[in-house]
Amino acid sequence: MNRTLGGAARAACAVMALSAAGAFAQQRSAVEEIERYRQALGDGNPAELWEARGEGIWKKAAGPKNASLEKCDLGLGPGVVKGAYAQLPRYFADVDKVMDLETRLVHCRVTLQGISPEEAKKSPFGGPGRKTDNDALVAFITAESRGIAMAVPMSHPKEVEAFEVGKKIFFHRGGPYDFACSTCHAVDNVRIRLQDLPNLTKQADAQKAYTAWPAYRVSQGEVRTFQWRLEDCFRQQRFPHLDFTSDASIALTMFLARNANGAPFNAPSIKR
Amino acid sequence: MKTKLIALSATALLAAGCATTPSDDEYYTKAVALMKAGFKDRGQAKVDRIDQDSLQKLCSSYGSNPVPPDVAERLQKEQLATIKYPADGKYLGDWKSGEKIAQSGRGGQYNDDPKQPSGANCYACHQLAKEEVSYGTIGPSLYHFAKLRGYGPDIQKYAWNKVYNSHAFAACSSMPRFGYRGILTEQQIKDVVALLMDPNSPVNK
Repeated sequence: MNRTLGGAARAACAVMALSAAGAFAQQRSAVEEIERYRQALGDGNPAELWEARGEGIWKKAAGPKNASLEKCDLGLGPGVVKGAYAQLPRYFADVDKVMDLETRLVHCRVTLQGISPEEAKKSPFGGPGRKTDNDALVAFITAESRGIAMAVPMSHPKEVEAFEVGKKIFFHRGGPYDFACSTCHAVDNVRIRLQDLPNLTKQADAQKAYTAWPAYRVSQGEVRTFQWRLEDCFRQQRFPHLDFTSDASIALTMFLARNANGAPFNAPSIKR
Repeated sequence: MKTKLIALSATALLAAGCATTPSDDEYYTKAVALMKAGFKDRGQAKVDRIDQDSLQKLCSSYGSNPVPPDVAERLQKEQLATIKYPADGKYLGDWKSGEKIAQSGRGGQYNDDPKQPSGANCYACHQLAKEEVSYGTIGPSLYHFAKLRGYGPDIQKYAWNKVYNSHAFAACSSMPRFGYRGILTEQQIKDVVALLMDPNSPVNK
């Protein structure tokens, strides 16, 4: 596996060297190079390490109740992991609310394993020298939806409400820079610096973007979950810190996930 | 007449139907409540950043739709009135300093040091100097800004206005109001205006 990571680093360096050589005509080709590099790495995605670790955590008895998560109901029945992520977020009758994957995992760790909600929500994202259960579980569960068409339901009124509220959050301009999600993500064919920006209000773009998360970020050496993705967007939007598994984060995820319906899920992916 | 009646009753039915589902305003109120609860103060970014001023609220309400012309005209007039001009009447600073400001994306984020000066991050959205190939396309290209428009005082003032408060000319523009919101100092705006307007600036080469 070290070999894979070494290869990833070498390929990353190659891409950077190419950008540094950068004449004007090369900027499009640099984007294409990054795309090629992504494809080349697709077979040896380090996210597989997180997936394997997540499967172990899912099956291992833990917490005051010494129980595994194998009876966790992700929406398709207790213990059903295959295809579950392609239908999240969704309404859960047992809690009478809409939950995304990461919120549901907190719920299961609290109810099945007896861990306190504070503990289950603490430091969910990995960093240098620190791996988290949340990242690993998300990698494992999302990988079990690979190739399955996104089918986020909107039959319950609370699902409709989450979608509509999420849309309002998406267009909510605020902060000192007047930014909203829509500032960068409601326009066709634009980019920030050299990074292409998906128009998340359009089905084709939303499908391509949403189905590529979570992702192994080469620049960070971590698998990044969708909750992480939203929080880091809001940081750059000059907003305050988005609380992990907050209802605002769930509503926004509902809006974005639903817009991706119909496309085969294709993550964990690999990104720069 | 008959058509009119049918149209009328259809409107009535639609209105009755709408009464049972939450209104747009209700979704907005709920969204604000969820954001107030779901964001936490961190660094310089406090939860009061969720609160919208009248422009933010109005512009958000149109979503992806264009702003109606009469609303746009009123808003532009209001925003033009917010602009303050340099005390010494000189619009142009140092383009070299302006280039550095245009490159820097620092400022305003919870992980930024508020004691350090902010950048304007112009290149995130605009092409400026030709040498910089890593530029965004959310805004128009500003390459040859003054070469195309002229170097005179009117265009200098126009550039100042755009940087200070872009909504004065383009209602609900995506661009931050760098002067009005105090993101850049007066001197920094002069430097950025010089980057656009100075005949020696690489923007005009």
